[in-house]
Amino acid sequence: MPDFVDILNALALMSNFVFVPALSYGAQLALGALGITLVFGILRFANFAHGDQMAFGTMVVVLVTFWLQAMGVSIDPVPTAFLALPIGIAVAILMSLGIDRTVYRFYRKRRVAPVIYVVASVGVMYLLNGLTRFVIGPDDQRFADGARFLINAREFKEMTGLAEGITIKVSQGLTVLISIIVVIALFWFLQKTRMGKAMRAYSDNEDLALLSGINPEKVVAVTWIIAATLATIAGTMYGLDKSFKPFTYFQLILPMFAAAIVGGIGQPVGAIVGGFIVAFSEVMLTYAYKKVALYLTHGGWEPEGLLQILSTEYKFAISFLILVVVLLVRPTGIFRGKVIT
Amino acid sequence: MSLKNRTILSYAAVALLLILTGFLQSWSVTLVMINLCLISAIMALGVNIQWGYAGLFSAGTVGFTAVGGLAGVLISEAPIYEAWGVGGTGLAITVALLVTLVATIFGVMTLMTPGWKRRWVLTGTVLIGYFLIRLFFDEATDAIEKVDPASAGFLGGLGLPILLSWPVGGLLAALVAWGIGKVSLGLRADYLAIATLGIGEIVIAVIKNEDWLSRGVKNVAGLDRPVPREIDLQESPEFISWVERIHSGALEALTGDERAQALRDFVQYDSGIFVKLCFMALFAVVLLILFWLAQRSLNSPWGRMMRAIRDNEVAAEAMGKNVTKRHLQTFILGAAVVGIAGAMLTTLDGQLTPGTYNPLRYTFLIWVMVIVGGSGNNHGSVIGAFLIWFAWVQAEPAGAWFLDLVTSPLAEDNPVRLHLLDSAAHMRPFLMGLVLLLVMRFSPKGILPEPVRVGR
Amino acid sequence: MSHLVGKDMRGGYGGADILNGCTIEVDKGQIAVVVGPNGAGKSTAMKALFGMLNLREGAVTLGGEDITALSPQDRVAKEMAFVPQTNNVFAGMTVEENLEMGAYLRHDDFTGTMEEIFDLFPILAEKRKQYAGELSGGQRQQVAVGRAMMMQPSVLMLDEPTAGVSPIVMDELFDRMIAIKRTGIAVLIVEQNARQALEIADIGYVLVSGENRYTDSGAALLADPEVRRAFLGG
Repeated sequence: MPDFVDILNALALMSNFVFVPALSYGAQLALGALGITLVFGILRFANFAHGDQMAFGTMVVVLVTFWLQAMGVSIDPVPTAFLALPIGIAVAILMSLGIDRTVYRFYRKRRVAPVIYVVASVGVMYLLNGLTRFVIGPDDQRFADGARFLINAREFKEMTGLAEGITIKVSQGLTVLISIIVVIALFWFLQKTRMGKAMRAYSDNEDLALLSGINPEKVVAVTWIIAATLATIAGTMYGLDKSFKPFTYFQLILPMFAAAIVGGIGQPVGAIVGGFIVAFSEVMLTYAYKKVALYLTHGGWEPEGLLQILSTEYKFAISFLILVVVLLVRPTGIFRGKVIT
Repeated sequence: MSLKNRTILSYAAVALLLILTGFLQSWSVTLVMINLCLISAIMALGVNIQWGYAGLFSAGTVGFTAVGGLAGVLISEAPIYEAWGVGGTGLAITVALLVTLVATIFGVMTLMTPGWKRRWVLTGTVLIGYFLIRLFFDEATDAIEKVDPASAGFLGGLGLPILLSWPVGGLLAALVAWGIGKVSLGLRADYLAIATLGIGEIVIAVIKNEDWLSRGVKNVAGLDRPVPREIDLQESPEFISWVERIHSGALEALTGDERAQALRDFVQYDSGIFVKLCFMALFAVVLLILFWLAQRSLNSPWGRMMRAIRDNEVAAEAMGKNVTKRHLQTFILGAAVVGIAGAMLTTLDGQLTPGTYNPLRYTFLIWVMVIVGGSGNNHGSVIGAFLIWFAWVQAEPAGAWFLDLVTSPLAEDNPVRLHLLDSAAHMRPFLMGLVLLLVMRFSPKGILPEPVRVGR
Repeated sequence: MSHLVGKDMRGGYGGADILNGCTIEVDKGQIAVVVGPNGAGKSTAMKALFGMLNLREGAVTLGGEDITALSPQDRVAKEMAFVPQTNNVFAGMTVEENLEMGAYLRHDDFTGTMEEIFDLFPILAEKRKQYAGELSGGQRQQVAVGRAMMMQPSVLMLDEPTAGVSPIVMDELFDRMIAIKRTGIAVLIVEQNARQALEIADIGYVLVSGENRYTDSGAALLADPEVRRAFLGG
């Protein structure tokens, strides 16, 4: 039988490798999925370029961070990237608005079928993908600096006397904190401001919004501004947490789409809940529970395998699996988004 | 200009382009390009069946290509009996358990009434089943992967001629498409795109990681060939004498060692060309057959119905057409064609390299081909495939040349110049995105528009 | 000349014309009702007045100003309000928010107007925090009308406002129309329930194949035996 310390150790282990990483990853996905869901609600298409828009904004942040670091600017213990973030956001917004002006607006005026937008967004994806790689290259870029840890494993062990430590990176703490602030700000904007309500109205019933005198171009522009801001923040957090690699960001669209659809596409609350569902499923299903089992059986049972439900190579399969289950069981998602045809 | 003349002119332009490349660069390079153009044309036909006929946007073409490629290995590689010996029983048990699990699920679904109770039973069944299966499966695959890992470590295939893998690749792709179409068709159009994007990633992940099946990133090289190998040709007296006859003019002036050396060079070069020509002939035959079938279906009552559904889904539904079912059919057909092309690609490469399946190259590039060529026009898909593949191949040297030109005022070792020259490869996606957007905006019908049919 | 005039309107959605030279007018403080058989072009005529259909011939004037070329959005800015037949509320927003959206173009304080609307439709005041999508059909119609009234329009146009509501609700809605016109608004209604609608009409139009067949006061049309026989079911 496990004793109390064993249980605490197992909990510490789980917190360190499951709870903390999933929480920060979930926050990153949630911000990304919010952008996808807003674009879907207002422009009514699944934006395949979202991952690459994220990569583009993050690239600007990375470059400005490198420049600041070279200039010797530092805001330790906070990563320098936070100083660069506003610039990255500004450039990403300009890029998004520019793309809307040159690409999507044309189709909006013609009121084409949603699938045409999707194809156009694939073109944009290609374009941004090439641009990002052209400027910064396809390789990993590490740009995290400042204090690395809020709590590090050694200190935690000394403090608690447990065998297992908990590590919380500064970037993880900041991810969660900033996500909370951003989400509160966004919800305040959508619920309380005239423009936010106009956005909801436009998403709810486009024709009636037009009959009420709501200017669609303005609504669309604000949507892109928000989506680009959220994407750049999410991308920067993800990059600080792990590293910045353009192809990874392209791949992130799958978990982000899954998050948006699970929550109910077009529903901001849903995107957030969905982001955490996808992140926790991904981390929990790919975590090897061998050591946890050892603690919980007080070393009595040493399993042969790693007790890993799925290998990490299949983490995108989890997003997909969640997606399939939702499409089969409840296509409108948890919060009843707009879905069927 | 009539569409017919336009079509003829387009083919002529493509031919001219390739002939020029042959004279200016090299015939060997041109033939390599033509072979990939032919395979791309088949893929484009498949995507055109989905998009042009039915308006379905699939982002998983890379997955269907990879499934087809896997068929190449599964059909042609010799079976590795030792691996079957150590893992066969385990795999058989796995399959049996899987069948039992599925049967149990169906049983529960039919016997129990819907509700939370059934949901718990189902979840429990799936979980228990999963862990039970994993138990046998992991042991079996571990054992298989331990069999001579440097050269085998997988089950091998059936040891049949690789040509057989072409239709089988199509079938496997169709099977995958059936599953994914069942789930995501009938919902919003974007959902199919997202779901297929997911299945594409997963198929590649499976082929990369299930070493017992495909050797994963260790690759399977030296696959069976439907055409002679260069090395055999070079040693075949018939081929040598044939080469001698062709080049008799050039050889006449030479004697002794010089002549022998020249002959060896000719044989070496010509064997490469000959093999590529053989491939070209095979691919061309497949393309012609599939093209003929695609044209037939497009002009059949079935094709008419598909277009009617595409152009007005609501009306078609009102007329009693089962739109979702038709969409599923078309989606599967298109995926099968892509699967065939995937198997052909593996055959041409002579190896399966799971690490090379990149969605930008195998999904979105094919899209550009279809849209640039002209959605809904099969000739357009072929023309688009040739032109875009040509541009894709030439974009890198052209980009490097261009960047070299614009940065020439900078010093040889200027970091900006070096970075730009280094990045020339990334011009490709940028250019393709630009081409796609420009064509969609300014010439949405593409090079060869869909023919306007009477009575539509 | 009346406040809103659509004169000799001809046009359709590509192909054959649906409107074949019909004329519809309504003045401030008046209710005009357009009735006619299915496919007579009633809704199309209203859409033409609102700019959702491009006219091939004819003109639309508002307060004497030619607005034929204006888009629907521009007409909204000119104080024309339109209540579509279906999907006429923001289902995912509260009643109060629906009304606020109606006042989107206003930059003054509109709480007074909102109180007026709550006086007109007391049930809305009660349900102001509820989502419009959760209301009954009749209540939704009230929200829809309320939203349109929020911008203090000079013309209120309603496309079959009583479609699908119970007779009691229908009577109530028509009652409210009278109250609205008394505030000096021009009210134009396209109706399927011809008999009841004509009872409140100051002026009635009977359209057939996109042309004016009969035009008279509502009472006169109701009294006309030919109209009764052909269009009001005896």
